[in-house]
Amino acid sequence: MRELIGTLLIGITLGSIYSLMALALVLVWRSTRVINFAQAGQAILTTYIAYEIVNRTGVFWLAILFAVVAGALLGAGIEYFLMRTLFRHADEGPVAAIAPVIATLGLLGIIRSVVGMIWGNDFRSIAPPVSTDGFVFNGQPLPFSMLNLMVIVGAAIIMIIFSFIFQKTDLGLSLRASAFQPEIARLAGIRVGPIRTIGWVFAGAAGAFAGILVTPNDILSPNSLDVLLVFGFVAAVIGGLESLPGSVIGGMVLGIGVALITNYISTVLVFPSVFIVLILSLIFRPNGLMGSKRVRSA
Amino acid sequence: MTSLLVSNLTVDHGAIRALSNVSFEVKQGEITAVIGANGAGKTTLLRTLSGLKAPSNGTVTWRERNILNKKPEDLVRRGISHVSEGKSVIPELSVHENLLIGGLWRRNRSDTNKAIAEAVELFPRLGERMDQSANTLSGGERQMLAIGRALVSRPKLLLLDEPSLGLAPLIIEQIFTAVQRMRTSLGMTVVLVEQNAASALAVADTGVILNLGELVAAGDARDLLADPALKSAYLGF
Repeated sequence: MRELIGTLLIGITLGSIYSLMALALVLVWRSTRVINFAQAGQAILTTYIAYEIVNRTGVFWLAILFAVVAGALLGAGIEYFLMRTLFRHADEGPVAAIAPVIATLGLLGIIRSVVGMIWGNDFRSIAPPVSTDGFVFNGQPLPFSMLNLMVIVGAAIIMIIFSFIFQKTDLGLSLRASAFQPEIARLAGIRVGPIRTIGWVFAGAAGAFAGILVTPNDILSPNSLDVLLVFGFVAAVIGGLESLPGSVIGGMVLGIGVALITNYISTVLVFPSVFIVLILSLIFRPNGLMGSKRVRSA
Repeated sequence: MTSLLVSNLTVDHGAIRALSNVSFEVKQGEITAVIGANGAGKTTLLRTLSGLKAPSNGTVTWRERNILNKKPEDLVRRGISHVSEGKSVIPELSVHENLLIGGLWRRNRSDTNKAIAEAVELFPRLGERMDQSANTLSGGERQMLAIGRALVSRPKLLLLDEPSLGLAPLIIEQIFTAVQRMRTSLGMTVVLVEQNAASALAVADTGVILNLGELVAAGDARDLLADPALKSAYLGF
């Protein structure tokens, strides 16, 4: 029982991080129909910035703030300078759909190399702001610590803020309208271009937040967030790639699944299982677990 | 008073000429029906007027100012709203949200709420379904919602692309009656694209007949309806 509770709590912690990364990918997918592989690079750069802030000031909260702001600015910059240029130059033929995705892969490589040049490739770590000792349950420690709780609460706060923005504000309505039907949104007077940039800004901030939340439990290196990108992507696909609730559900299913497999079966099986789930969900639930069914046409 | 003036408008889709040297004018407060078969260039004409499509040649002025090569979102701010082909609503949003997006560009929310109330007065069925997803609406209700969304932007020029497509005669009548009411009570100028020539010309003041991208005839709607040569060749009845 104690073991199961501990495993589930770890699963929810992992799920929170995957959800944030999934949300970052979904936001970009919805606004520009691009799968942004560079998200791992953006997040690694902002996490190194956070690392510097923690080293210099020792204030973790300040590091979060800097990382999130840097993530937002980086997202805006990539959309404005790279994506818009690509859409202008490669806008016809079969390459039009794939060029931006390939460009994000290239960008991922560039950012990682630059990070490697600045900080080197050896492992570093960010000192956790709160205790990493497991909570005590029935006299015995759980694998679940204050740091894990902080991750869950932090991710939940971000999700609540985003769902408020999406559901209750004019900006959120513009974001949704532009995502679903950009042409109709424009005919209604919405400036879809700047709204796209805002989608990348939110995505960059969410990805940066995921990076700084996951790293104190882990190591920091130029490649250390690649696994998070992959798992975030799988979570986004499980959730249907279109919505915030989908990202959270996808993230949680994956996080809890990974925790159960790691604890009860074998760590070796984590990666193959994740990819089997990815392929199965593409075959059987291509619109996601929550299955947004085909839109009624009449 | 001429409000929309189209001169020598030519539009290409790649190598295909969709509109060739088309000229006509629309007077303030009139309903103009644009009639023609599939491939006549009607939809291309509207998409060019609303900024969705770039022309190859020609000029178009609205109230004596150029509107070609402008962004649709800017033209909305100048009083031009386009209800595009095929019940242009966003199925993932609620009915209320679909109406609301027509007024987001405006700073003044109470003005938008007033415009939504007016749209609902014109199409009372929308009022009963405000919180439903637009996905749950019937075809006729969707068309009403699409027109209602355009009305929330308070257009002075309304471009309607085949509002009758796939709808039952009774619903078509309701929609055309609403278009006439909008013209009379709000003083709107309307360009109505239709394949349904007889009913469109019946509500219109003037008509423009297109065939394979070229203008065949333009003039008073009753004269066009009465012309036996046009009737058999282009109006299909």
